[in-house]
Amino acid sequence: MSTMIALEGIEKVYRTDRIETVALSDINLQVPAGEFVSVMGPSGCGKSTLLNVIGLLDEPTKGRVQLNGSAVQSYRDAALAKVRNREIGFIFQTFHLIPDLSVVDNVEIPLLYRRMSGAERRKLSLAALERVGLTSRIHHFPSQLSGGQQQRVAISRAIVGKPRILLADEPTGNLDSQMGDEIMHILHGLQKESGTTIVMVTHDPRLADQTQRTIRLFDGRQVQ
Amino acid sequence: MLKSYLKLAWKVLWRPKFFTAISLFGICFTLVVLMVASSVLDHVFAPQAPEVRQGRTLGMFRARMTGEHSTSTSMPGYQLIDRYARGIPGVERVAAFAMPQTVYSYKDGQRIKSLIKRTDAEYWRVLDFQFLEGGPFTDQDVANGAFVAVINATTRDRFFGGPPAVGRTFEADGLHFRVIGVVPDVGILRLVANGDIYAPLTTAKTDAYRRELLGGFGGLLLARSTADFPSIKAELESRVRTAPLPGKEWTKLIAPAESLFDFLAGNLFSGRNEDRSHPERLWAVIIAAMLLFSTLPAVNLINLNMSRIMERASEIGVRKAFGASSRTLVSQFIVENLVLTLIGGAAGFVLSALVLRALTASGLIPYAHFALNYRVFGYGLGLALFFGLLSGVYPAWRMSRLDPVQALKGASR
Repeated sequence: MSTMIALEGIEKVYRTDRIETVALSDINLQVPAGEFVSVMGPSGCGKSTLLNVIGLLDEPTKGRVQLNGSAVQSYRDAALAKVRNREIGFIFQTFHLIPDLSVVDNVEIPLLYRRMSGAERRKLSLAALERVGLTSRIHHFPSQLSGGQQQRVAISRAIVGKPRILLADEPTGNLDSQMGDEIMHILHGLQKESGTTIVMVTHDPRLADQTQRTIRLFDGRQVQ
Repeated sequence: MLKSYLKLAWKVLWRPKFFTAISLFGICFTLVVLMVASSVLDHVFAPQAPEVRQGRTLGMFRARMTGEHSTSTSMPGYQLIDRYARGIPGVERVAAFAMPQTVYSYKDGQRIKSLIKRTDAEYWRVLDFQFLEGGPFTDQDVANGAFVAVINATTRDRFFGGPPAVGRTFEADGLHFRVIGVVPDVGILRLVANGDIYAPLTTAKTDAYRRELLGGFGGLLLARSTADFPSIKAELESRVRTAPLPGKEWTKLIAPAESLFDFLAGNLFSGRNEDRSHPERLWAVIIAAMLLFSTLPAVNLINLNMSRIMERASEIGVRKAFGASSRTLVSQFIVENLVLTLIGGAAGFVLSALVLRALTASGLIPYAHFALNYRVFGYGLGLALFFGLLSGVYPAWRMSRLDPVQALKGASR
């Protein structure tokens, strides 16, 4: 199976005038295509930073990032934006839906940055919402939805562009356990049906146990 | 994508309503001032009835005689126009008119103040007055010194209480005129066409004007086409140079053929011994004034926009995460800002129309009719777009530079 995510000697250091904080140090990681990986560790150990580096939202201070065999790190802004748009879907703990947009308009966001007609965008967005069982709420606004429903909208937004990589940062962190299980069920379905590679940050060992592999971080270092 | 931007722009407009209200007020107020100023400038300089052929008309509005120790600047004299402007190749017609003089009449014990403008018959052929009654005076009337007059509608009302006026007589400055035509009022800022009473040149109390090189007259040179302007100007310049000067103390005479705008620029910016009029300097002053007036509110709007943007840091992070490039975000925000400024512009447009209507009705500038024609609309639209870009580009650029990780945390660094 080909390697979808490859990190080599990744280091991330945040510097201010006075202090230097090492967020990630010597991270080496390979995630094959279609694998569902969880990342665990105590707060502040660098889990989210790792996810941001993989998702090309943050640039490592040192090391190489390869996605699907391409050394994307050297890409410029527009090229990075294109990779994020085509290859990666993000799911955030706090959903990050745009409050002024309806459910379906939120889901359409990734498709806005592709050459695509409005009708096609709408069709794909409705299909993505159908996958998470939210077609009856397409004209609602985020504030009119429960937390679980908002996260399902966020998942629809993440998968609408059919990315090969899904990065989920504590996707169940703000949900009760029943909602959390529903979300995990959707993620497993995506992995199995679409072969999506999923990297999920979580604090919950019960959820980590449901993934194929768990990477543990401590003080920015990979301990397992 | 544009539809999505517009949809979002509309929603963003209602989010911090107070900011939106302040932004719209700033845009609206700025545009009202700029559009009223544009309308006034348009009223003074742009072609409009009866100066419909202004595009191919050159004027003689200033003459300057210089000597070693002194300079004399004034309007041209009749002789300068009559002797040196006529017969220039490329010129179809030459008209001469005297600067309006204030004259008084008495009717039913009331004093009526009017401006009388004395002209030749060509004046009526260079300009295109739409007569409400009768017609203009003829070459014969001018040759005979006939005491006939064309009056404007307000003067008709003052003297006769309304139509008809043709055939009736009135007294002005101790002279009796018979009305042969009535024309609509022309705004007092229209130097060439304005007047209450138009009478033949030859009804002046003295014919001394015929011998004067300088003083009190304007000339209109109607060219076959604008392509003839350079040769007409050059020919007039060379002819005027041959005019015999009234004394040895004088060494040079100039009386350029130019537009009214160039004339104003010449009065304001030409040096003592300089022949050029420097219209570019007048343009620079107008543009600089408009820029200055736009820039101050634009800076305020930039600050407001920055605040609005920072409230949307998380949205910016999301958009970046899902594939928006910096350029795309700049476009999105500029569209949003243009929507805001165009709405402010539309409000400014309506308010400008009301202000101009009030200004017209006030009679502050006699006979002036200020209106939002398509030219002023064009200026307004241009100004609104300019203002939108001016106040939108920097915040949009700042927004696009936000670090997506920080933005997702809601921070604005």
